Amino acid sequence: MIRFLFVILFVILPLKAFALIEVDITRGNLNPLPIAVSPLSIDENSKKSFEKILKKKNIGSEISIVVENNLKTSGLFNPLDKDAFLQAPDIANLKPRFEDWNLIKAQALITGKVNFIDNKLRVEFRLWDVLAGKEMMALAFTTVPNNWRRVGHIITDKVYQRLTGEKGYFDTRIIYVAEEGPKTRRIKKLAIMDQDGENNKFLTLGNELVLTPRFNPTSQMVTYLSYFRNLPRVYLLDIETGMQEVVGDFPGMTFAPRFSPEGKKIIMSFAKDGNSDIYTMDLENRIVEKITNHPSIDTSPSYSPDGKFICFNSDRSGYQQIYIMKSDGSNVKRISFGKGLYGTPVWSPRGDLIAFTKLHKGKFYIGVMRTDGSGERLLTENFYQEAPSWSPNGRVLIFYRETKTDDKGEGFSAKLWSIDLTGYNERLVNTPTDASDPSWSSLLSN
Amino acid sequence: MKKLPIRNIDQGAIMKLNKILKNAFLITIACLALSACATQKQTGQMQGDVYTGTDTVEYLASGVPDRVFFATNESVLTTASRETLRKQAAWLRKNSKITIVLEGHADERGTREYNLALGERRANAAKDYLMTYGISSDRISVLSYGKERPVDSGSNPLAWSKNRRSVTVKAN
Repeated sequence: MIRFLFVILFVILPLKAFALIEVDITRGNLNPLPIAVSPLSIDENSKKSFEKILKKKNIGSEISIVVENNLKTSGLFNPLDKDAFLQAPDIANLKPRFEDWNLIKAQALITGKVNFIDNKLRVEFRLWDVLAGKEMMALAFTTVPNNWRRVGHIITDKVYQRLTGEKGYFDTRIIYVAEEGPKTRRIKKLAIMDQDGENNKFLTLGNELVLTPRFNPTSQMVTYLSYFRNLPRVYLLDIETGMQEVVGDFPGMTFAPRFSPEGKKIIMSFAKDGNSDIYTMDLENRIVEKITNHPSIDTSPSYSPDGKFICFNSDRSGYQQIYIMKSDGSNVKRISFGKGLYGTPVWSPRGDLIAFTKLHKGKFYIGVMRTDGSGERLLTENFYQEAPSWSPNGRVLIFYRETKTDDKGEGFSAKLWSIDLTGYNERLVNTPTDASDPSWSSLLSN
Repeated sequence: MKKLPIRNIDQGAIMKLNKILKNAFLITIACLALSACATQKQTGQMQGDVYTGTDTVEYLASGVPDRVFFATNESVLTTASRETLRKQAAWLRKNSKITIVLEGHADERGTREYNLALGERRANAAKDYLMTYGISSDRISVLSYGKERPVDSGSNPLAWSKNRRSVTVKAN
């Protein structure tokens, strides 16, 4: 599925970093950067060829729309209305008339060109600093035509990185649980889609209950919980081949799985005789290790990105709280001390924060705290929401939210939402059905 | 939220009556309890936040209820739950070929993974009790559904109390 070859033909970096435009991402961004995304120019022949293959009238504009939507969704950019553009796409790509772009208050400009060459899609794009009148970046890609959306995501990643100084998160996918049917007999399927909600695919049929899929950070493997034959067990799924296997041979329920940062181990809970403890299994040599040993519930483990620590959820204090320990299970330390109950800790890919779900006075919150428990910040409050998952750059959290039912028990829905680390830019993530348990993949290309 | 204080007052009143009247006037107390049910609607079917009604209860055999209920975040068996489980144990002893699955559940007000563990803990509380009444662990398997299979889709304390349960299901 991901057998794409991107050939980067040439890279022109800016000669000198002048006092060029930059996006301030340290605070909540209330003044997103005005950016003009000019439709990528395309010659008549290429246009016709792509129309035949992709059934899209103008693939140049389509790719630019992908970029535009990505930038807008990030909350850091304000893509300007194309109707106000004065310069034609082909001429703009050669040499923008900066006065024209300045006039519509664009601070940055993206131009580009699409060609059909040897049955391949070749895209080049340029990023311009309108105020300084300079080219900031130029790149070209060649790939199979079907990859056109990914080209838009990769362009966005490059632009985002150039303007914010952080890696992007657009050429990524979300695996989640698609939900249908009444609340008492919910049908759940694994589903996967691009980060922007496109290319949605169902990976299971809904015959058995499936929960909590999580990506391997280094490959296209997924671990999840399936109730196949009414035996809730952690499974491993290769999303390219569709091959599945049970993880380990446990005489009881295994659940709450996640990969270790290098993808070689699965960490999960195993419940037996009313007690849940945390275990790991090495995927190469199949060695199982018991990490916690406590009569309380120990679950929702998540590794630090360097693999040295694990954060997890335990009720050993009497109530659900967040703990950290060394990856061998030693030095267990409670880190959540605020009012309420804490669950679903998940370590940021940057390493400095732990995202969590908090229940306090009948409300659910998604929040972040430092890894020592200090600096707790609640990002969003609602009737029910949980299970944050980090974008691979540690900038955005995706989670699910459920609505309260009415007096007749109707009106239930579960949806995916995303929110910026700052607490700004909360957005509904569109899915074809109801959805829960999202997990964000790492960047597909680097 | 508003209903809590009312219930507390009623329980307080009942306790005082108990002290004064001891066991002599059970009927009087029953009447009070009944009138409390009538006026409180929702909370009348709960004691603390444990469900005490029969709306969702099914029967394994005549007089043998199939489920027990729990308080929020708890897996402790109430007096009523123990009575139900003793009836189940007696029935299982009489029907020695029957094997069962104990299905543990949680309400929707908790994170999914913790609730899976909590459901398992609840079902095991029931299992342990059945075992102390002579039912072999070979005849019992445990299955936690966490919050995945509520019986009541409501988003209110009464619905949640019905969903915090361990249900004994015949497996053969």
